[in-house]
Amino acid sequence: MTTADWLDIGWVDEIPVRGSRTVQVAGGDDIALFRTAEGKVFALLDRCPHKHGRLSQGIVHGGAVACPLHNWRISLSTGEALGEDKGCTPTIPVRIDGGRVLICRASTLKAAA
Amino acid sequence: MKLSPLNVETDTREHLVVIGNGMAGCRAVEELIARDPTRYRVTIFGAEPRVNYNRIMLSPVLAGEKCFDDIVINDADWYATNGIALVAGDPVLAIDRAAKTVTTRGGLIETYDRLLIATGSDPFIIPVPGNDLPGVIAFRDMDDVETMLAAADAGGAAVVIGGGLLGLEAAHGLSLRGMKVTVIHLMPTLMERQLDEAAGWLLKNALEARGQTILTGADTAEIVGDRKVEGVKLKDGTLIPAGLVVMAVGIRPSVSLARDAGLAVGRGIQVDDHMVTSDPAVLAVGECVEHDGQVYGLVAPLWDMCRSLADGLVEKPSGYRGSVTSTKLKVSGIDVFSAGNFSGGDGCEDIVLRDASRGVYKRVIVKDDRIVGAVLYGDTADGGWYFDLLRKQEDVSGLRDLLIFGQAFASGGGAADPKTAVAALSDDAEICGCNGVTKGQVVSCIARGARSLDAVRGSCKASASCGSCTGLVENLLALTLGDEVQAGARTMCKCTSFGHDDVRREIVAQSMRSIPEVMQKLHWTTPDGCSSCRPALNYYLLCALPGDYVDDQQSRFVNERMHANIQKDGTYSVVPRMWGGLTNPRELRAIADVVEKFNAPMVKVTGGQRLDIFGIRKEDLPAVWSDLNAAGMVSGHAYGKSLRTVKTCVGSEWCRFGTQDSTGLGVKIERMSWGSWMPHKFKIAVSGCPRNCAEATIKDFGIVCVDSGYELHVGGNGGIHVRATDLLCKVATEQEAMDTCAAFIQLYREEARYLERTAPWIERVGVDYIKDRIADDTEGRAALRARFLFSQSFSQDDPWAQRAEGAEREHHAPIAHFTPQEEPA
Repeated sequence: MTTADWLDIGWVDEIPVRGSRTVQVAGGDDIALFRTAEGKVFALLDRCPHKHGRLSQGIVHGGAVACPLHNWRISLSTGEALGEDKGCTPTIPVRIDGGRVLICRASTLKAAA
Repeated sequence: MKLSPLNVETDTREHLVVIGNGMAGCRAVEELIARDPTRYRVTIFGAEPRVNYNRIMLSPVLAGEKCFDDIVINDADWYATNGIALVAGDPVLAIDRAAKTVTTRGGLIETYDRLLIATGSDPFIIPVPGNDLPGVIAFRDMDDVETMLAAADAGGAAVVIGGGLLGLEAAHGLSLRGMKVTVIHLMPTLMERQLDEAAGWLLKNALEARGQTILTGADTAEIVGDRKVEGVKLKDGTLIPAGLVVMAVGIRPSVSLARDAGLAVGRGIQVDDHMVTSDPAVLAVGECVEHDGQVYGLVAPLWDMCRSLADGLVEKPSGYRGSVTSTKLKVSGIDVFSAGNFSGGDGCEDIVLRDASRGVYKRVIVKDDRIVGAVLYGDTADGGWYFDLLRKQEDVSGLRDLLIFGQAFASGGGAADPKTAVAALSDDAEICGCNGVTKGQVVSCIARGARSLDAVRGSCKASASCGSCTGLVENLLALTLGDEVQAGARTMCKCTSFGHDDVRREIVAQSMRSIPEVMQKLHWTTPDGCSSCRPALNYYLLCALPGDYVDDQQSRFVNERMHANIQKDGTYSVVPRMWGGLTNPRELRAIADVVEKFNAPMVKVTGGQRLDIFGIRKEDLPAVWSDLNAAGMVSGHAYGKSLRTVKTCVGSEWCRFGTQDSTGLGVKIERMSWGSWMPHKFKIAVSGCPRNCAEATIKDFGIVCVDSGYELHVGGNGGIHVRATDLLCKVATEQEAMDTCAAFIQLYREEARYLERTAPWIERVGVDYIKDRIADDTEGRAALRARFLFSQSFSQDDPWAQRAEGAEREHHAPIAHFTPQEEPA
């Protein structure tokens, strides 16, 4: 249920395992939701720190996603580029409540703006 | 008397004056700076009006492979950064040892505390009438090269006198520049100082095959001409017309300055082990010196001399002990190598290998179980190894039987693995002969952070001159950086210790059916793989289990998951299939409508004879496809590791040269093979005649129609590494051409590694293997074809139509929309 602090996005099952869905934010960048093989859900700004590739279109493996443009690996939990690459994409806190995915309203507004 | 403008009154350091701005003079200064950058104030005098450049590389400049800037060793910044005064274009004419001054042609007088003479050598001009005519030049400096280039522009004929290395390189360069070149050589064989008779003869034949005229045993009588060169007359009366004569008969140490100054001079300026002349304040280095009775005309001894010289200048004397020289050269693109004594003599035994068809000749000279000399022609890979054994005087009796086959065999390695050969070299083995860099120095330079060929060239100069050791340096990089490079080649990725071939074999042998099962049974080290192995496993399973395996969309690269090509702004491009490059008004109208309806900012004709619609948003893709489907068009798979296009020319239906219906055949082949997933993208073309307008010989599978049937070509590539196809076979009918195509695709699908194009695959397995499996094995070919067609029966569902009907909607539609101030919808 959407509250002053949390936005209700949809059912967890709507995000494919090892896959992603996006939330379109009017006037801003998309937010990418990821679901790992372990069933954890993460939210990041849908923008690679490198060349702004859509992370939602990458391959999810372990706790990371490989950007579709140049294969940078971005940590889903911290948004940091892994390995030799340097850079960070904003993360958005996620809460699961009764099978529903909730993301932090303030962080979403700040990241997508 | 002019006062020197260079005197810096406040600088009280000892003044080192260097006569000679060439390779020796500057290298000596470099070595000095490396030891103590501030000890001396340095002034360099150069006769040429240029900075220091690599004289060895004049030949590539002449041949048009490099320009002057490419061969500069130290640019103006180097002089400035190191506080070195350069007087270029004003040669020193006299040395006054009593007053400790040098005087230039321009009248400049400079005092010195220490003087270094590095005047190199002068070309030898044979004393025949006419040798001073305009148009008679040497091949020694950049001015000579410019004269030759001007002559080549005018065209005509040139004569090169001298069949040594320098002469042959001049001849090669002039020949490449379009001149008709004759080489006149006094001795019976070419390069007799570096090559034995057999190798010299091979070289002569090879050069003649390239259009040069080579006259050996030919003695020049006079150079004829009225006011300028018109030809060369030989002692036997032959007259060879020429507008340019290059004298390259040899060099002499340039000693006149030293001799006039009263220094001890023999064949060269005599120096001790610390490169000090008969005057303790005067040093000399390079080709102008005589050390222990020897003069050297090669670059490697020069580096040794410069090290000893610099050690002496900073009062840590080491002492030069003379050099054993080897010569590894490319003469007009032909590799030759020689070292030590190859003239034979008492107690010398020859071990010789000749491979006429490959144009290889190898001769190793052994005396008392030690190598004393070696001559290699055509294949010089083992030159460094022989030279190493020679210098160390190692007992080779144990490997004598295998010695001639080279290091890999003699060390028991069997197949020649260049990396093993490099690994086995000792640390003090010389890698770069031009710059005198040892294996140990290259390795430590890589260890200090030089992780690429360019970085190595920049830091220790190995491979920075003639480049003939580039392969060795690359192997050292691979060996030293080790794990990552090797792991990349051997295992699929960091998630597993198995290679591609192992994984594939086990998938089939153990009848594995899913990616998790493969990861479990083959002990993957990561829970769900990575972006390298997952797409590969998905493909291997798909190929092994046609119709049965459920494709894992999350293991597909974005383009294959989205059935379109992602662009840098996150939008997609869409390419509908146009069979054989044919289209019609209905298709064109549909494409035009889509472009307008979805505001596509660009439409482009692709190299594969289709139209590419750019700038489509992922949400709009299903609607775009729906509209294209309605006009009868399906996915062009321009995004996939799959069949891309079948490019055709118009063939016999329209073209006056066409021999067969290439367009019709192209359409049939595309209908047969579209939709198949492969290790990498796959391109086909059909040309209607050998004019080959469809460029079939740079495709993965190319058909060239001829009167009597169809030539089938494989393994071409027009990408980074252009590779022309190999001819697989010739067939008589369209059906045979299609069957062979199907069999070839299936062999590629089953045996190539994921992301391996046909070109590297064929290079790896050899075209003979492909011929054995396809052209020469009727039953095997039929079985491959049958497996391909079976697999195709499951893969020719248009993925666009499925998505347009709503399949896998989650890939396109966002899960939610959020407008600030409102609630998510």
